[in-house]
Amino acid sequence: MSTIVVGYVPNALGEAAVAEAVEEARRRDAELVVINTTRADRLVNPAYADSEDVSKLEGILSAAGVPYSIRHSISEATAAEEVVDTAAELAADLIVIGLRHRTPVGKLIMGSTAQTILLSAPCNVLAVKLS
Amino acid sequence: MDNFFLLMEGFATAMQPMYLLFALGGVLVGTAVGVLPGIGPAMTVALLMPITYSLEPTAAIIVFAGIYYGGMYGGSTTSILLNTPGESSSIVTALEGNKMAKAGRGAAALATAAVGSFVAGTIATVLLSFLAPFVAAFAVQIGPVEYVALMVVAFLTVGALLGSSVLRGLASLGLGLFIALVGFDALTAQQRYTFGSPFLADGIDVVLVAVALFAVGEALYVASRLRHGPIKVIPVTGGWTSWLRKDDLRRSWKPWLRGTFIGFPVGTIPAGGADVATFLSYASERKLAKGENKKQFGKGAIEGVAGPEAANNAAAAGVLVPLLTLGIPTTATAAMMLVAFQRYQIPVGPQLFESNSALVWALIASLYVGNLMLLVLNLPLVGIWVKILQIPRPYLYAGILVFAVLGAFSVNFTPIDVIILLVVGILGFFMRRFGYPIAPMVVGLILGPIFESQLRRSLAISQGDPVALIQSPVAATIYVVLIVIFALSLLLKRRQRQFEAMVAANADAADVVRGSEAGTAGAGADASTTAPSVTAPGSPTSSAPSSPATSAAPSSPTSPGSDRKDTGR
Repeated sequence: MSTIVVGYVPNALGEAAVAEAVEEARRRDAELVVINTTRADRLVNPAYADSEDVSKLEGILSAAGVPYSIRHSISEATAAEEVVDTAAELAADLIVIGLRHRTPVGKLIMGSTAQTILLSAPCNVLAVKLS
Repeated sequence: MDNFFLLMEGFATAMQPMYLLFALGGVLVGTAVGVLPGIGPAMTVALLMPITYSLEPTAAIIVFAGIYYGGMYGGSTTSILLNTPGESSSIVTALEGNKMAKAGRGAAALATAAVGSFVAGTIATVLLSFLAPFVAAFAVQIGPVEYVALMVVAFLTVGALLGSSVLRGLASLGLGLFIALVGFDALTAQQRYTFGSPFLADGIDVVLVAVALFAVGEALYVASRLRHGPIKVIPVTGGWTSWLRKDDLRRSWKPWLRGTFIGFPVGTIPAGGADVATFLSYASERKLAKGENKKQFGKGAIEGVAGPEAANNAAAAGVLVPLLTLGIPTTATAAMMLVAFQRYQIPVGPQLFESNSALVWALIASLYVGNLMLLVLNLPLVGIWVKILQIPRPYLYAGILVFAVLGAFSVNFTPIDVIILLVVGILGFFMRRFGYPIAPMVVGLILGPIFESQLRRSLAISQGDPVALIQSPVAATIYVVLIVIFALSLLLKRRQRQFEAMVAANADAADVVRGSEAGTAGAGADASTTAPSVTAPGSPTSSAPSSPATSAAPSSPTSPGSDRKDTGR
């Protein structure tokens, strides 16, 4: 069985990515691995799902009826590294991420997770846009 | 009437566009550091001190006053929205404010905190404007003997009361006094504790030590215990209209006024600054509440936010009374402002009001202006303040360290200063780690040389007879007052501790519910360890929501905070 790795953030974009990944998983008959991590180096991180978000995510995924697992943890690695490493480890077929517009300054200071994933992924990447 | 005209002149100065800009910058920076836990106004003023060398005194002092006040406003935001007090004087606010935010009344809590701070800040500044000249008029008459008495008051109260333990406070004070001795003796020009090194002959600069303790020590401390798991910000819902409803206003205005009149006197006496005032105000609001409102305490009573927030701002103005009239700092931030005065060769102490009246009145006028700015800025910008919390801490503290080292180097442009900075910074880390308050050390360092020269002058006058030190009626009165303040403060401390224990017990009960409801209790517990210190007994390193035995419950930010007074302000 093949695997699809999804980078999830608790907002509309993350949900769109998950929805798209579910579609892909059905089409490819694959297992979903949803990843959400934080480095815990800041006081507030809106990209990190709390337990409420996780249970909501579980609801969505189990309703979709595809096999899935959720990796929700605190790690030393950046979110991008975590996604790419997991994809390599599981020899995933596809990575699904959400893509949003960033200002150049924002990218300069904080780096772009999406860009890192796109460039260093070991497999194809599906970048989901918010319609 | 004279003073009124002087105040108006002060306004004329403070309202100049350039100074308005400085005030704006000050309050913005102040609010930002108030929001960030672990970074207080004292650290900020210390860091900015070398950078503001090139400014003229009035501008620099206005910036510092803005930071001081802004910090008071900013602290409430994180208390309410994250249950993580950004500042020690906002710890009490978190008790009710965070509960209010959880119940969807965050906007009202923020609004009552901001408006209350404004009301209290303004009234307290008015009190300051009228009280300070009188105290100053009294102060100019005192001689070296009385001055020595005042210094003893300052040393003992700051040393013994700013911190959780009297002995540690006094040890810290002693360390400060020792560092103050390094360098040339002012009377005989002998070298003391310099080990023959020319670098130490000029003494160790106060700014260097302050930056090392407040910035380097704190940065190392935070780095040593990087916390895991971010906290959830409670979103503020509703527009302008829901901020302060009629009912909220009706319930808030009395606590605002009461908070003001509790806070101001507590600020003026050296009893530990704004923290004591906030807890007194909270306790009295709790006692005075009736019927339905009383039941709300512990569940998000607006009085419990309005009172303490008013009290901490009133106390902030109160602290300026002994600072401006007697040159005695009672909090860490006040101590740093004193250093700022000294940098500009402005004689602090009784003569300040006489010799630099234009500057003092401009400072007071800028407090009025700053208060108004903070009221206008604070509420609409809540979103931005919360964004600041998303800055990764390594970036933040790396920035602080760079600033600290640059500042240290720029004091005398010698690399040896940077080495001293790092050595003292490491000392500061260990002091922080083992619960020694930092403020007494800085106060000892600042007042030490003045104390020494006044003491030796008095002894020279009396030809070495120490009895003369207590023979003057004024000095004797001061010593008696000292004893009274001490007894009173220790009593207050005891009550504060009882109160904290009670609050912690209540919070425990509440936490059982909270822990199961969201599972965020763990993150909350972690959160309170960065802001306040860990050295408080029973401090929450692990979340133990259901055990009432732990004196510090995870969601109660109160008890570890007693230890944090030294860094917060």
